Amino acid sequence: MSLPLIMFLAFIAATLGITYWAAHKSSGESAYFAAGRRITGWQNGLAISGDYMSAASFLGIAGLIAFYGYDGFMYSVGFLVAYLTVLFIIAEPLRNTGKYTMADVLAYRLRARPVRAWAALSTLTVSTFYMIAQMVGAGALVSLLLTDAGISFSGAVTVVGALMIVYVVFGGMLATTWVQIIKAVLLMSGTFLLSFLVLAHFGFDLEGFFAATSQVSYHVDGEMITQNFLTPGLYYKPPYGALDLISLGMALIFGTAGLPHILIRFYTVPDAKTARMSVFWAMLLIGAFYMMTTFLGFGAATIVGRDAISSNGGINMSAPLLAEALAGDFFFAFISAVAFATILAVVAGLTISASTSFAHDFYTNVIHHGNARPPGEEVRVARWTALIVGAVSIAVAIVLGPTANVAFLVGLAFAVAASANLPVLIFSLYWRKFTTRGAVCGLATGLFCSIGLIFVSPSFMGVDGPEVVDSARRMIQAPAIFPLKNPGIVSIPLGFLAAYFGSVFSSEPLAEEKYTELSVRANTGLGAEKATDH
Amino acid sequence: MNRWERIYNSSTYQGMIAQKTRFIVASTIFFVIFYFALPVLVGYWPEVMSREVWGVINWAYLFAFSQFLMAWVLAYFYTIRAERFDETSAKILADTAETEENIEDGEGE
Repeated sequence: MSLPLIMFLAFIAATLGITYWAAHKSSGESAYFAAGRRITGWQNGLAISGDYMSAASFLGIAGLIAFYGYDGFMYSVGFLVAYLTVLFIIAEPLRNTGKYTMADVLAYRLRARPVRAWAALSTLTVSTFYMIAQMVGAGALVSLLLTDAGISFSGAVTVVGALMIVYVVFGGMLATTWVQIIKAVLLMSGTFLLSFLVLAHFGFDLEGFFAATSQVSYHVDGEMITQNFLTPGLYYKPPYGALDLISLGMALIFGTAGLPHILIRFYTVPDAKTARMSVFWAMLLIGAFYMMTTFLGFGAATIVGRDAISSNGGINMSAPLLAEALAGDFFFAFISAVAFATILAVVAGLTISASTSFAHDFYTNVIHHGNARPPGEEVRVARWTALIVGAVSIAVAIVLGPTANVAFLVGLAFAVAASANLPVLIFSLYWRKFTTRGAVCGLATGLFCSIGLIFVSPSFMGVDGPEVVDSARRMIQAPAIFPLKNPGIVSIPLGFLAAYFGSVFSSEPLAEEKYTELSVRANTGLGAEKATDH
Repeated sequence: MNRWERIYNSSTYQGMIAQKTRFIVASTIFFVIFYFALPVLVGYWPEVMSREVWGVINWAYLFAFSQFLMAWVLAYFYTIRAERFDETSAKILADTAETEENIEDGEGE
């Protein structure tokens, strides 16, 4: 048995143990959807980090920096600064006014059926798009890391999907939380060790490290070139590079606070103060991690080299190959297991957010008009939804195959979250005159504009050369109509405007009246959901 | 007037909301400008940002690095400030409970 496989199995055994414990520990609705609201601040901080830092961060950004230098680091900055929006504007009032989902906040004073239906649609869209991107990435990566064990792409996708279904169906939010906590600890220690070894490689001489970074050599079209990797502009090039960077920044800064799988984490803590402290802990961890992506990326660029990475699995293998170059097979296996844990924790978080929203928002409140359901029914529906969402994601990922061009789906998830979810969340928490029509207009506009623009952007449209394999070709072989890869710069203002004008051109006295109650509850925690006993 | 309106209309509550809004709006405007200055400067003036400041380290890298410190410092300030809001809202809730008791006593007579 190969080393990576042993470490993968160790992680699987540990997390299945946790799921067994979580399944036996508690029962009931608030236990299943919100871990009984008994997670502590630092635990939730770790879990948020584990929920948030995807394989796209760990392997993707390290790879981008290793291949394009500085521009990759721009992603790292946005991923952290985004948490200021979460901290200042969303976390505490959300915890105080909601119960299980983002839509709870909207339905507090608006008409429940339309806003919940649209919010559930938006949540399911964000979660499934994000999930498909993760699953395709996971399949490609796991089969690459476990080449010796002979695991195929579809085998890898099935294993990842089956595990995530087991965590969520049997262990609910409690098991998901602990899988995310373990992953965060593994990811932080792996990243720290890698950074330490990179610095040790340069004799702890920072000047030497940066000097090497300023002279990275690799081949382009058979010709050897030397680049300063600290220079911006190697990835985002004119004429639209700068606008694309700004648009990406907008999607990150305003999208993170609208990601359903991050938002529901605030329901797992006892009160708003703990929610606030958990964002603070998450920011320390996430910031430290993204800061270290410099060492991972520049380390891979200087120690392994772009040429060697290209010929050994490609850009996403930068971090694992760096580990191998620095400390051999054992460390390669460890970093591979970290990547595996990273993927699992994120897809489990996505599955539970999708299934909670479907069961709580759509099944109970839209189909059954919010009438009380028999005890346990909502949880049962959520479990079935998790199973179905998981199975569909496995199937879609297998059909798309390992070379499918799906990286844009992550950007799309952030764009929808920023353009559809954040405007309506902000308006319902801070604007008395916000109405149901405003919320529906905002959600629909944000959702459809982001998706529409992505369809005509270079991620979807473009003319591929004959060297591109069929499955990796873009869907529409014609020049792109929208020039930017990231739709945020257009779709986010449109989402806000639609929510604003939809409210201005309608009036809802009941919603206006209820704002008083919402405001007091959001700011003082009076009447907020309490933690439950076991 | 119900309990929610009583709290909402109290001067303590209105004062806390005003202070909170001022702090949050000011910090949000600050961090949004500080953050977007990075892609704008790097995107439109890459030559200027590529100028080396300290050894091979250039403005672009330093500015990106400073974003991390900015985010941490601002988050820390907010948590300190929010402690005070917690105290005020605890006081508001205690006062409300007291007023409600008095009203009930009054009705009993």
